[in-house]
Amino acid sequence: MADALPELAAVHWRRRVDADKLAHDARLWTGITTAHVVPFIAVAGGMVALNPLAAPVSAIALAHAWIIPELYAKRGANVVRPRGRRDADAEHRSVGLLGDLVDHRARELRARTGLVLEEGTLGTWLVGEAGALLVRPGGRRVYCYCVRAADPDLPSGDRIAHLLLALRADEQGFATVANLAFSGARWRLRRRLEPQLRPALDAAVKAARERARV
Amino acid sequence: MARLIRMDQTGHTTLAEWSTEHPEAVEAAVEAFRQELDRGYYGVVTTGPGQAEMVRELPVDADLVIMRAPIAGG
Repeated sequence: MADALPELAAVHWRRRVDADKLAHDARLWTGITTAHVVPFIAVAGGMVALNPLAAPVSAIALAHAWIIPELYAKRGANVVRPRGRRDADAEHRSVGLLGDLVDHRARELRARTGLVLEEGTLGTWLVGEAGALLVRPGGRRVYCYCVRAADPDLPSGDRIAHLLLALRADEQGFATVANLAFSGARWRLRRRLEPQLRPALDAAVKAARERARV
Repeated sequence: MARLIRMDQTGHTTLAEWSTEHPEAVEAAVEAFRQELDRGYYGVVTTGPGQAEMVRELPVDADLVIMRAPIAGG
């Protein structure tokens, strides 16, 4: 194994992320979502069955069943939300350095969406300024990780470059250090992404699907 | 000419430049690298497309060595 990220020492109690851990996290997230949604649906159905006049209360319960997964997905989408821009010269220099680290396809996608596409062993990553999305092979499930460089005053390109270099040095360690903000269906996350970010997710899903076919 | 750079608020700062034919420049780069480690930065070199490696000593034969700040879950 390549050198592990030194940052892992700060989260030594966490199990290192691998395919099994991702599958475990997926089951956990599905279970939590189900546990939130099913009771509200049951209440909605039960209320109407007991008394049709309770239909408005049923509607409120159904709204809760709908909104809770959406709020989780929104939390996931927020990890790649663009942050504010700072000094223009610093931005320009940082984007230049980042451009040297990635290929033409990733450079073009970053210019359009602000996210860098990176192939890893766990799946296809989209790296943003303060977080990253992992699209698993097949493209159906996405993991949203909240992770950032310790220096809050970095320009946008450097924030991404920090995460990209850490990811490349130790992908599993990177996912372990990061905080999992959401794991769920690609379509659910896509609806909650800012419109300019959606093409990046589409590109990552396409890459993940192609990868699953190989 | 190889470069040691630090990603910072300015975009990046060049800390040292060296070529292996100039031992004094190499020595200065090694010293600059150590100072950055002492400040809490980590050294990284790109080892191929999509690949990078953490380094604890300055790899004098690398073209570009990048110092990055620690990362943490947000």
